[in-house]
Amino acid sequence: MKKRRIWIRITAVCCLIISIFFLQKLLMPKYVTSIIEGSLIEEYYREKTPHDVIFIGDCEVYENISPITLWEKYGITSFIRGSAQQLIWHSYYLLEETLKYEKPKVVVFNVLSMKYNEPQKEEYNRLTLDGMRWSMSKVKAIKASMMEGESFLDYVFPILRFHSRWSELTSEDFKYLFKKDKVSHNGYYMRVDVKPVTSVPKPRKLADYRFGDNAWHYLDKMVELTKKHGIELVLMKAPTIYPHWYDEWEQQIEEYAEKHDLMYINFLELMEETGIDLTTTDTYDAGLHLNKSGAEKLSVYFGKILQDTFGLEDHRSDEELSLVWQEKVEFYRQMAESQYNELKEYGYLKRFRNNN
Amino acid sequence: MGDNMLFTSYSFIIFITVLFVVYYLIPRKYQWMLLLAANYLFYFLSGPKFLIYIMATTVSTYFAGNKIGSLYNEQERYLSENKGSLSREEKKEYKAKMKSRQWKWLLACLLFNFGILGVIKYANFAIANVNYLLQAFGSDMQLSFLKLALPMGISFYTFQTMGYIIDVYRGKYPNEKNIFKLALFVSFFPQLVQGPISRYDDLSQTLYKEHPFSYKNLSFGLQRIMWGYFKKLVIADRILVAVKTLIQDPETYQGAFALVGMLFYAFQLYADFTGGIDITIGIAEVLDIRLKENFDRPYFSKNIVEYWRRWHISMGTWFRDYLFYPISVWKPMLNFSKFCRNTLGDAIGKRVPVYISTLVVWFATGLWHGAAWNFIVWGLANGIVIIISQELHPFYEWFHKKFDVKNKFGFRLFQVVRTVLLMSCLRMFDCYRDVPTTFRAFWSMFTVFNYNELFNGSLLKLGLSAADYAVLLMGLVVLITVSLIQRTGSVREKLAAKPQLVRYALYYCLIIVIIVMGAYGIGYDSSQFIYNQF
Repeated sequence: MKKRRIWIRITAVCCLIISIFFLQKLLMPKYVTSIIEGSLIEEYYREKTPHDVIFIGDCEVYENISPITLWEKYGITSFIRGSAQQLIWHSYYLLEETLKYEKPKVVVFNVLSMKYNEPQKEEYNRLTLDGMRWSMSKVKAIKASMMEGESFLDYVFPILRFHSRWSELTSEDFKYLFKKDKVSHNGYYMRVDVKPVTSVPKPRKLADYRFGDNAWHYLDKMVELTKKHGIELVLMKAPTIYPHWYDEWEQQIEEYAEKHDLMYINFLELMEETGIDLTTTDTYDAGLHLNKSGAEKLSVYFGKILQDTFGLEDHRSDEELSLVWQEKVEFYRQMAESQYNELKEYGYLKRFRNNN
Repeated sequence: MGDNMLFTSYSFIIFITVLFVVYYLIPRKYQWMLLLAANYLFYFLSGPKFLIYIMATTVSTYFAGNKIGSLYNEQERYLSENKGSLSREEKKEYKAKMKSRQWKWLLACLLFNFGILGVIKYANFAIANVNYLLQAFGSDMQLSFLKLALPMGISFYTFQTMGYIIDVYRGKYPNEKNIFKLALFVSFFPQLVQGPISRYDDLSQTLYKEHPFSYKNLSFGLQRIMWGYFKKLVIADRILVAVKTLIQDPETYQGAFALVGMLFYAFQLYADFTGGIDITIGIAEVLDIRLKENFDRPYFSKNIVEYWRRWHISMGTWFRDYLFYPISVWKPMLNFSKFCRNTLGDAIGKRVPVYISTLVVWFATGLWHGAAWNFIVWGLANGIVIIISQELHPFYEWFHKKFDVKNKFGFRLFQVVRTVLLMSCLRMFDCYRDVPTTFRAFWSMFTVFNYNELFNGSLLKLGLSAADYAVLLMGLVVLITVSLIQRTGSVREKLAAKPQLVRYALYYCLIIVIIVMGAYGIGYDSSQFIYNQF
């Protein structure tokens, strides 16, 4: 009788844990439509083949570089590990984690996030951190990112963070409870719509143009990590005009790249060479991000540099890889077509309507 | 209080979980020592600099208690040694002499400890009033405010400790000889946050004994804790958003909104305070320590006197035993009573001193709640309402003789609703920023006729969504249902008699509702318990 009671209690506790787990899955945001940035980080774990190039950074990489174009044009395999307002320590720990899965030849880091020395917004941190698999890298990334009033337990049990979503649940939350559709193209966030730049506001003056110590610390660590693994680190600045990239910032990055013998490319200075035109065809939000046209132009230009400088192999003759990438290309085309059709029908992209 | 040790913080939950486990793993004779260490750790984590105050209270009370106790022993020894040689008058004289010496120790202890409380809690209030008077009389001089933070639970542990020393002085029980055991009584951590104000003779019985593990204690204690969290997180902290919106902008929210604010605040205060006490009693229960109930379904009271017998019981009885009774039998008061009877006649004369004692007690109760005129006016208003209801007693008797409605459900319901509304009106002094604002808000309920706005969606602009209101309604229904069940005995005992499936289904619902519907974490302004500040 006593034994039976104990078993009943154990079963009851197990049922409770399972229920809470189920609820947690239900209440977590799914990031499949509208704000899809929250899905970008976790899509990396679906990858079955390694990559020559890993891009890390914020929206200036995941909206501006097309890995599919790099494959189609040069046979370069790549993945973007980027998310919205991804801070440099997020990028560093994502890189650290990535190196546990594979060893790319080149890592490209977009330097815009150097402007942030402190965690900015819990919601943005979540977009990056919730998608990461549990590892020491994730633990360290969380600890580096937590804002005042946050608790580590909220990351271990996200239900404690997202519990209030019970009143906002939609059919999407049930539909994608256990399996989510792919939303990116090796980390690339596709937009085919166009909204050209019409005016450029004057940049506001800053009290201090120096990057913070914390940001430099993580850049140093990134350099150290890539050196330790024999990986080439490339610094880039994407060709988008907001947020403003100050000359003082440019100078600091140039000096740093020179000091550490790193390649640094500021694509803002290469608009003519890349063929990117923000005033007509290549941005979907007036210069903040590139659209598909702009991302493809940048990828074509950047891919050549990467291949020429680092001798990256053209894998298009590799049957196994081609098979894998053919599927990706197909998905890329389908999504582009679907977006073009949507644009034709409504004049805008319905799924991103709330983001703009 | 540091946020890290709030009842609703993760660190507190981890703290009590670890304590429970260690408590039942160590030999039982060391359990009280572990509790003492846990109390001090809890206090340290809540604000290390405040340890000095609670230690000062403990040491001074222990010392005074020891002195008073040893005077009792000396008296006993002397009287038994000189049993045959002392006349009755000599014995009386000796006892009076000893009592006077004990009184000095008691007085010193009371002055010291109430002095600490007075300076920390009331000095700035006094300074503000002095400054106001100086300004009113045209003086340019202004006193500077003191920079003093209020240590957690200072009102609770000071009152609890002073109750102990008064009882020792009265010879109700001997003084505690072990300073560490006294320290445990003073600092018992669950009740430091918001009471109850325990009595030494109640708490020491259960605090110092050995505690074997019992599944029933664990189960019942956890149920009580969960129930407390439900009230606090699902109801009180949710409605707090609307209460803040309404009371922080009384110029905008008048009339119907003042009424809504009044009712919401009454609801919030009940859920917040009783929820905190449920957590406190539940934690103690898991530790096999029994604390006295502090609430007895107060919103079911039929009049204000009954309400105050059922709301914050430990505070009410403290004021009754240690202030009201002593004032009533104080020699000058007895003389005054005699004077009143002689000059005003027996009927009125015997009531006047009681009413004066009542007003003094309610003045002190108001002051205990906070160093502001709001609280003092609130306290005095309670006293006045009680006096009026006493004066109306003959009318009530006449009414009930004339109309046989006393036991009719409708009339009892009317009495309950009347008491709730009356108490809610008085509680408005608690929540508005000052007395004039409270009066204006109260008056607006009768002069600003915007009650139609309650039905045009304005309630959804107070920071609560329709879903939040649905949760609050559900919470209200659950609270009323549980209170009704409590009339015929313990809900947990009744639940224990139900089939396992029903029990577990209810536990699951409670836990999941707290986790999912609780107003906590990022996005919510996780508030401290209202009574923490006392």
